[in-house]
Amino acid sequence: MFEIFGIPSQALFGQLLLGLINGSFYALLSLGLAVIFGMLNIINFTHGAQYMMGAFAAYMLLQYLGLNYWVALIVVPILVGITGIVIERLFLKRIQNLDHLYGLILTFGLALIIEGLFRNYYGSSGQPYQIPDELRGGRNLGFMFLPNYRAWVIAASLVVCFGTWFAIERTRLGSYLRAATENPTLVRAFGINVPRMVTLTYGFGVALAALAGVMAAPIYNVSPQMGSDIIIVVFAVVVIGGMGSIMGAILTGFALGIVEGLTKVFFPEASNTVIFAIMILVLLVRPAGLFGRGV
Amino acid sequence: MASAADAPVLPGHRDTPRGLAVAAIVMILFLIVAPFVLYPIFLMKALCFALFACAFNLLLGYVGLLSFGHALYFGWASYVAAYAAKSWGLSPELAILAGTATAAGLGIIAGIVAIRRQGIYFAMITLALAQMMYLVALRVKFTGGEDGIQAVPRGHLFGVFDLGVEMNMYVFVTLLVLAALFLIYRIIDSPFGEVLRAIRENEQRAISLGYRTDRYKLVAFVLSATLAGLAGATKALVFQLASLTDVHWTMSGEVVLMTLVGGLGTVFGPIVGAFLIVAMENYLAPFGQWVLVIQGGIFVVCVLVFRRGIVGELAHRLRVRL
Repeated sequence: MFEIFGIPSQALFGQLLLGLINGSFYALLSLGLAVIFGMLNIINFTHGAQYMMGAFAAYMLLQYLGLNYWVALIVVPILVGITGIVIERLFLKRIQNLDHLYGLILTFGLALIIEGLFRNYYGSSGQPYQIPDELRGGRNLGFMFLPNYRAWVIAASLVVCFGTWFAIERTRLGSYLRAATENPTLVRAFGINVPRMVTLTYGFGVALAALAGVMAAPIYNVSPQMGSDIIIVVFAVVVIGGMGSIMGAILTGFALGIVEGLTKVFFPEASNTVIFAIMILVLLVRPAGLFGRGV
Repeated sequence: MASAADAPVLPGHRDTPRGLAVAAIVMILFLIVAPFVLYPIFLMKALCFALFACAFNLLLGYVGLLSFGHALYFGWASYVAAYAAKSWGLSPELAILAGTATAAGLGIIAGIVAIRRQGIYFAMITLALAQMMYLVALRVKFTGGEDGIQAVPRGHLFGVFDLGVEMNMYVFVTLLVLAALFLIYRIIDSPFGEVLRAIRENEQRAISLGYRTDRYKLVAFVLSATLAGLAGATKALVFQLASLTDVHWTMSGEVVLMTLVGGLGTVFGPIVGAFLIVAMENYLAPFGQWVLVIQGGIFVVCVLVFRRGIVGELAHRLRVRL
């Protein structure tokens, strides 16, 4: 045990770890928002509700069907992703030519519906979700104690984030996607089914949110308002990073999580407002965002 | 209104005020008769929200800026007015003034930050700023945390009229809100309002015509925040309560809903929307969380098939400006 700036290492690294965990979720969620925005030009306000659905779906699979965490990790993103595809086909498709603001308002309405339904059945108190047996416990690293589950969350979200970045920036499918973002008409002329690609992209973005929800279930309580709490912070993250770049969304997410964790050590009172304060600062100094291109 | 039907319908044009005049008279008659039929407290609540929605509409309907954080001005003005009336013992008119001035100050700061981005980013920034100030309200002492500021005295208006008497309060709130609504109408009907519409339609062109659009947007933003604050401060005295509900993001969503239901960019739409939504919440209160689901449903329906809103649709059918 030693001290840094008069703070015991255990506390410092503990908060840093917590920050990294939060950062993992910020990164996964802002990545999903950026992917959806790139393709559909919509800010998906439902994203928080879909993250909450992911956590609840994991909880329900365990409670009613006895299916464990590892099954949920695969099944839940697919299930919730399918609900996303339905939403895209039923609602978002109809407003694709309208002002972006309508997309925001529509997805906000959908978020209210989903959150309201879950509150009806589960109330506003949280449901506990056990950490899977394989990831119980932790290891002592000398300067801090590292719980296994938290290490797993950070590692898994890093893999998923960079996997997504690789798929979009470095593969053929990704190049179709990027081309369709730039000029959908031209890409359609080459015989690529752009509307289907749009639908699947939305489904994929939603699945990312659901995956984040499953991973969050054992850490935070599973509650209907867990989505609306986090989505507003993620919006601030997205404003800071700018949505032009996938890598920007990932890096900003992790970085802001760490900053938040450090703030908890040094100025605990400011820990939940620090991200908003950074947003103000960035807007004043660099209005386009750290990785943004134009407005 | 047969003759008005012949007039060309130009949005924002000065020659078609007849529909507006008729609607204004109908509204004033309603407000005179209503307190004898409906609960004055319900009417006062609806009036405060009508002003809130009209202030919001000033920004969204006429400049095209969607603020998703108007609860910030409404709620903080409400807190400051309640605190001024209760702890400082200020008279009601000064308490409301203090709340409104707070909203104006917050509007200037938030405006300077938010105006730097457009469209969808603007909405996210205003939402984030409002959430930040919600968290501050949760933490600082004077707001009373979860309890809010309760039992706010209504006091004597100008030291003469006892606002504890329900009818006195009703007359005061009605006159105040009507005056503010008239002010909003004068703003959107002025040359300044024309420039705002020009910015909404095509900001680049407005810039090329030599308008400093950022300044116009900031002024509109501050006006909107100030008037939203006036609504919040008045609401604090009506209910004798300022609470976290008023600064929460659901309140920001509610004002979007009222404006959308009534009709974006119409003069009377937000008023009709506010009365409808407040009435709906009164009747649905026993159903608890279903209110959230129904609100969400109304949002979805409005965006998909009813984008003109009630008053907008009426105005379109009758070919008048409302």
